Amino acid sequence: MGVAVQVEGLSKSFGSQNIWSDVTLTLPPGEISVLLGPSGTGKSVFLKSLVGLLKPERGSIVISDTDIVRCGESRLYEVRKLFGVLFQDGALFGSMDLFDNIAFPLREHTRKGESEIRRIVLEKMEMVGLQGAEGKLPGEISGGMRKRAGLARALVLDPEIVLFDEPDSGLDPVRVAYLNQLIVDLNAQIDATFLIVTHDIGTARTVPDNLGLLFRRHLAMFGPREQLLTSQEPVVRQFLNGRREGPIGMSEEKDVAQVEAEMAALEARGGDQHNGVGPKGATGGDAVPPQLPPSPGLPERQAVRRRQERVARMLHTYDPATADAIRATLPADLLTQADAGVFEPTPVAGGRHWAADDEVGEARVLPAPRGRR
Amino acid sequence: MSAPEEPQAPGLLDGRYSPTRPLRASGNLFAFALDVARSLPKRPFQLREFVQQTWFVASVTILPTALVAIPFGAVIALQLGSLTRQLGAQSFTGSASVLAVLREASPIVTALLIAGAGGSAICADLGARKIRDEIDAMEVLGISPIQRLVVPRVLASMLVAVLLNGLVSVVGVVGGYFFNVVLQGGTPGAYLASFSALAQVEDFWSGEIKALVFGLIAGIVASYKGLTAGGGPKGVGDAVNQAVVITFLLLFAVNFVLTAVYFQLVPPKGA
Ligand SMILES: Nc1ncnc2c1ncn2[C@@H]1O[C@H](COP(=O)(O)OP(=O)(O)OP(=O)(O)O)[C@@H](O)[C@H]1O
Ligand SMILES: [Mg+2]
Repeated sequence: MGVAVQVEGLSKSFGSQNIWSDVTLTLPPGEISVLLGPSGTGKSVFLKSLVGLLKPERGSIVISDTDIVRCGESRLYEVRKLFGVLFQDGALFGSMDLFDNIAFPLREHTRKGESEIRRIVLEKMEMVGLQGAEGKLPGEISGGMRKRAGLARALVLDPEIVLFDEPDSGLDPVRVAYLNQLIVDLNAQIDATFLIVTHDIGTARTVPDNLGLLFRRHLAMFGPREQLLTSQEPVVRQFLNGRREGPIGMSEEKDVAQVEAEMAALEARGGDQHNGVGPKGATGGDAVPPQLPPSPGLPERQAVRRRQERVARMLHTYDPATADAIRATLPADLLTQADAGVFEPTPVAGGRHWAADDEVGEARVLPAPRGRR
Repeated sequence: MSAPEEPQAPGLLDGRYSPTRPLRASGNLFAFALDVARSLPKRPFQLREFVQQTWFVASVTILPTALVAIPFGAVIALQLGSLTRQLGAQSFTGSASVLAVLREASPIVTALLIAGAGGSAICADLGARKIRDEIDAMEVLGISPIQRLVVPRVLASMLVAVLLNGLVSVVGVVGGYFFNVVLQGGTPGAYLASFSALAQVEDFWSGEIKALVFGLIAGIVASYKGLTAGGGPKGVGDAVNQAVVITFLLLFAVNFVLTAVYFQLVPPKGA
């Protein structure tokens, strides 16, 4: 089973430039989480902080009982062995061909013989659709191929936590569909904890168990996918609907009056439901599409049942719309238990975070969502 | 959220004129050098990388070094030739030019080329890897880039510096002989006799030790600047530029110190 990642009150600055502060979230073990956010909000910086490549100034990141913000060098190298990381551009070693790149972790960290290494590498390369490209140098292949090779390298050591930095950027839609299926299948097979940073709304709507959104130097929201997909928070809605109307501007933040005018115009056109199709798989409204299942023949994702129990415990804490969407996914036994009040109220059961009110206060233009405490 | 934690827009001169900036920069460089020293005995030693890097640094420095050494030796021979003639000490031309080449010129030429050609190539290579996230990827895979990449490069630049110094010495002495004997009409016998009268083998060793230290400094500064490059391709260009300038400054300062120490330790012959 994958390893949980507990992030608490994390803040990162470069010099006096604050990137984000007070980020608190838990990646539940074995679940797939997606982190969204406008460009430049520090999603890549967050991933690098999780593996200890950047040191946040405040807060903690606890992974299997080690706070990697404060632990020593040798312990950090130990914890890193749990990770597989797909960097934004693949980060392949330019002087080695694809085969050697993917074999590199095996040669460094295992005592496997060359023939076994060859078997594993070819298997992973086939998994990401790169068979036949073993001898190519990273400089000679397309960006999408580099990305898939980077993924293969991240997977050879059977990691417990896999971080993906924009796995879909630079891929065509068909490849993205295959890649998303691959991610879900992988999760079913290795039950590792996944965190995906992406700009693809289609992916964000259908792949993960949990969704988060970074905005204005804060984690605006993090929780089960239903929580964000049904959220009335203006920032979340704007992002998931991929539209211009809303608090997120091209470069600067917009002023409140302008946002209100835009939102009124949008409502006059019939709201998100009638706004047509947005870019990157954004489709109107707050429907919760079914989650992508593993391919036929593969085992069930073990995280599904764990997650159902977890969200059933927290059912009473959600907005009615979110709760309804979650109830639709729960099996009968958990529903009866939840309704009978068997579950202790566990508001800190993890995997869920709302920014404190004043932090996103200025971003809120529409009335506060119903039922929010 | 309390007021002091309000996110601030980045200022133009953030920390740029802070009085502690130079201290912090040199402290970081020194800490990096200590890290390299600590990684030096770690196994497995990256022999392949070391051989490749030695070949690489040698290939970018040998030809320019030879080309620089010939005119350098010639200039010294010309200067000393006319100076000794003015002083009426033509018989010492040979030894004077050999001493000048062995003790000063060849370590300086070595320093210039190791920093300018070798160091800049190392820095550009590591910087390009850094901005492509290769270095981060390596760390995440549990490999220390210092042990894996920096140690072999520093050792390679030290080895090549020593070899280059030998090359420059030979080329400089031969060039000096050629200029003195063939062009300035000196006699081969006087040249060789004065050679052995004043020069001693310690002069050669001092040059080699200097070259070793120069190679060390050039390798460390280049690696440090390369691994801390940031901000895209322009950042790599800046890093290379800074690496070369910093190495030059350090090398000339260290050269002065080493020369002073040499004269304290080794008494001049015949004095
Ligand atoms: N090493 C660094 N030094 C200084 N600033 C940095 C560094 N790395 C990132 N930044 C800054 O941090 C901010 C966030 O960068 P980051 O790459 O994490 O954005 P992102 O959310 O991943 O964006 P994108 O979606 O475009 O990939 C940027 O303003 C960037 O300039
Ligand atoms: Mg990024």
